[in-house]
Amino acid sequence: MAKLLLNGNHAAANACKDVGVQVIAAYPITPQSPIVERLSRFVDDGKLNAEFVRVESEHSAITVCIAASTTGARVFTASSANGLCLMHEQLHWAAGSRLPIVLACANRAPAAPWNVWTDEQDSISQRDTGWVQLYCEDNQEIYDTIIQAYKLGEDPEIYAPVMVCFDGYILSHTMMPVETIDDSNLIKEFLPPYKPHTHLDPNDPCIVNLVTFPWIRHDPDKPGIEKMGAYPEFRYALQQSLLKVPEKFKKIDKEFGDKFGRYYGIYKEYLCDDAEFIIFGIGTLACEARISADLLRKQGFKVGLINLKLYRPFPRDDLIEFITKHPDIKGIIVFDRNLSYGYEGAVCTDLKSTLYSAHFDIPVHNYIAGIGGRNITAEQIASATKKSCEMILKGQIDKKPEWINIDMED
Amino acid sequence: MSNFKFKQRKRPISSVSYPVIGEAGNTGSWRIHRPVLNEKKCTAVKKNDLVCLLCWLYCPEACISKTVPPKIDYTYCKGCLVCVSNCPTGALTAIEESTFKEE
Repeated sequence: MAKLLLNGNHAAANACKDVGVQVIAAYPITPQSPIVERLSRFVDDGKLNAEFVRVESEHSAITVCIAASTTGARVFTASSANGLCLMHEQLHWAAGSRLPIVLACANRAPAAPWNVWTDEQDSISQRDTGWVQLYCEDNQEIYDTIIQAYKLGEDPEIYAPVMVCFDGYILSHTMMPVETIDDSNLIKEFLPPYKPHTHLDPNDPCIVNLVTFPWIRHDPDKPGIEKMGAYPEFRYALQQSLLKVPEKFKKIDKEFGDKFGRYYGIYKEYLCDDAEFIIFGIGTLACEARISADLLRKQGFKVGLINLKLYRPFPRDDLIEFITKHPDIKGIIVFDRNLSYGYEGAVCTDLKSTLYSAHFDIPVHNYIAGIGGRNITAEQIASATKKSCEMILKGQIDKKPEWINIDMED
Repeated sequence: MSNFKFKQRKRPISSVSYPVIGEAGNTGSWRIHRPVLNEKKCTAVKKNDLVCLLCWLYCPEACISKTVPPKIDYTYCKGCLVCVSNCPTGALTAIEESTFKEE
């Protein structure tokens, strides 16, 4: 173990070095670029025995990763904002091919207008591609989550790509002490070499991901072909594997914690035991809200906090269990640094769907905060939360999503 | 090539296919024009040797045999007519599929 002073990007790069990724392909984009700059230096210095593939776009970067992963290599890429959006088509391909690629996303606002600051719209827009999405709140968590991500994605019961998301600049360019695991044997004990599910062998050639039909193929000349299933069967299998992720991730997190001393869980809670109101969010916004919870406690509001780490697959059962164990909860206030335009924050929608499908009659208020990197202070989160707490206590449960810290022209 | 193999006992994680004849189904039904060989003009037939055979070489579906005369497998020939355009002697011609319907 060594303690290094690393920004979030370099924490991600060091994690890739320590797990021994074998192929890296990425295209530079702010604020992600320093990840792959550092990785290219590791390769150049001989500290990482990997193939570094230079490409002409993000679409090509993820395509190289898909090809390399299909051959059985452990691969890595990183992107942000418009670069991640350009990968979109191939993100579906990676998930459908069940390839455990790990992608680090330094969250940034997609244009237009042009903006390079933090905003979770880029990764939230990739929500439905079949990737696992994990959100981090500090640089140590970025380092640890990348290692966990490979373990999760490469699990034979999962075989899915994983996106490790962290807020641009707030984490990507901020230095923090990060404990790294230098003992490669320790890492190998936790994360054995990747065993691919499909073997590519020139002496036994096959096509991977050929066209599959809506119907199951029957062919008297090819006994057994019907066992392969068709497109719906492959997609059903992807969904079934993703639904196993919450339980699997909890086991991996426990194993990681037992070995390296740091536990995260699929969500992190703060002051929740007696809480009547919960601040709910992902990433650094929810991290900041710990201070808001402290501030509100001093004012007499019993406020707790949930910072969701696993956003996709959405850990419905675990959240229902949490709510069941906390019968005092009178309301939940979701802060989203993202927006499903024309409706509300994406995390808010998912939380409501979980609550109301399980018949919990708990009001959920939504605040859109920090879009395009707009600074949001703990005081602003506290004041919005307080407003919602007072409304809910008065019985005003219905409230439209509200943007905070914005110069509105009504 | 002729033996089909589907080795997995369980469903594979991603869809796979092994190279066997007719893996893509009865592609001969796609044909609008049929390439037909006039043996009198075919170099291989005239020399009675495995010569020329550009049709065999260029067929993207491996439907033409490397024999004298070259034989076309109409079950899988999808009528792309690459053989017709590459035949240097005009021995291969494209004939509308509908004219064979009476057979």
